Amino acid sequence: MRNTGRTRLLAMVSALVLLAVLLAGCASGGTATTPTPTPTATPTATPPADTTPAADDTSDAGAAVENQPAGAIADIQARGKIRIAVFADKAPFGYLDESGQNAGFDIVIAKRVVKDLLGDENAVEWVHVEPANRVDYLESDKVDLVFANFTVTKERAEKVDFALPYMKVALGVVSPDSSPINDVAELAGKQLIVIKGTTAETYFTNEHPEIELLKFDEISEAFQALTDGRGAGLAQDNTFLFAWANQNPGYTVGVGSLGNQDTIAPAVRKGNTELLEWLNAELKTLGDERFIHKAYDEALAPVYGDVVNPEDLVVEGGVL
Amino acid sequence: MRSSGFEVLLSLNNLRRLMLGLCGTLEIAVVSVAVSVVLGVFCGFAMMSKNRAVYGLFRVYLEAFRIVPILVWLFLFFFGSAIAFGANLEGWFVSVLVFSLWGTAEMGDLVRGTVLSIPAHQWQSAEALGLTPWQVRRFVIIPQALRRIAPSAINLVTRMIKTTSLVVFVGVTDILRVGKQIIEFNMMKNPMASFWIYAFIFIVYFILCYPISKFSKRLEAKWER
Repeated sequence: MRNTGRTRLLAMVSALVLLAVLLAGCASGGTATTPTPTPTATPTATPPADTTPAADDTSDAGAAVENQPAGAIADIQARGKIRIAVFADKAPFGYLDESGQNAGFDIVIAKRVVKDLLGDENAVEWVHVEPANRVDYLESDKVDLVFANFTVTKERAEKVDFALPYMKVALGVVSPDSSPINDVAELAGKQLIVIKGTTAETYFTNEHPEIELLKFDEISEAFQALTDGRGAGLAQDNTFLFAWANQNPGYTVGVGSLGNQDTIAPAVRKGNTELLEWLNAELKTLGDERFIHKAYDEALAPVYGDVVNPEDLVVEGGVL
Repeated sequence: MRSSGFEVLLSLNNLRRLMLGLCGTLEIAVVSVAVSVVLGVFCGFAMMSKNRAVYGLFRVYLEAFRIVPILVWLFLFFFGSAIAFGANLEGWFVSVLVFSLWGTAEMGDLVRGTVLSIPAHQWQSAEALGLTPWQVRRFVIIPQALRRIAPSAINLVTRMIKTTSLVVFVGVTDILRVGKQIIEFNMMKNPMASFWIYAFIFIVYFILCYPISKFSKRLEAKWER
């Protein structure tokens, strides 16, 4: 009895050791999976010196910084790093490229903001968020800033403070070139494909009850249905449709802008006026140098090509 | 659109990222399973306590983790603790904490149930033979309990491994999240990528969980003798 007991114990101990080894193997690789894949080039020492002129450029916000030395911006500068919530799976706005680096339209603009705030565009900790938890991340103070294609809505504005918008979106309808839909009126009596839970579904249900909707759960399913010819057209955010139509010859976004125009803006924690004012001043400065257009050229133009007019998307200096 | 999409799995970079994601999954699973097994035994014995207050306390703890979805617990510790107490806990730490608490509660209940399922005459006969209370547990009860607990304990472990896919909601990067990122990156030019990535993740989870249940089968057979 003693003997078998011992072998059993031995077996258990060795199993535990095996687990420990496995874990140790992971620990070395695992560190790379933390939300900062960007190799940060020792920013801590330099930023404060570089930052002062940047903050002074944006005159009124600069003054605010001086009045409250222990404010939100000072905290970020003391930390040497700003925490920004971004998407990691919404190409081309916020995604990870082949090598796992953050990229996209939101990221290009966010990097510039970081550079102007801390003097180094790598002085940032990218926090990957899901659409549903963006508000929570701000409310629980886990990020300083949200730059995750955040559509401004009344409900959200009660919980977070939106800065000036840098982008606008509306609904669009894509249809095959063989039977194009160029006006919503042409859809009467036909089937329109929508994705459940999107603004497109809500809009057509409320505003155009005469149009029959064919609803799908996933984006990929919906587009498959369109290519299979199961609907006359597909309604979705126009930006996304432009990109898709550009990659799929034979389809055009016949209705380019429909419904309420929504804006997309960065957001800060409710009540963080200091950072909000600085950010608004920063966005105005960026507007003066037409930086959002540059970001468009860098991140969206390769995907959208010539089919999209940048003016339909880009908002400079928060002016619609 | 004609591409089969399989090439996403041939990219070394994609595979490396998926493997790093797998490490994220494994780290949380292994740490919390280890903690759960050790603490679960103590928890189980505590739940057998004749003291009604102690029993009641552990019962509430167990039921709380059974009834409230794990996702809610994750949010509670990740966002709730930050909003209520300003405690900014790391996503990784919150995941290990919640999974360990859950595992310990479930494991404790398994231990309690198993030990109680051992017929009273085993205790009595062992005591009659003059074994000390510790010897009764060490040589009579635990060996029998181990054999009985193996299937359900293994079941719990595989369930915990699979449930780790929830950690993406508290900002931890696991294999499923990496898969989604790769799919989304390839969405426009390679719509079939999702099929291959999910197939790959399916196989990885299978490779992870199948040997564990196989191992438990062998263990049972061996202890059956």
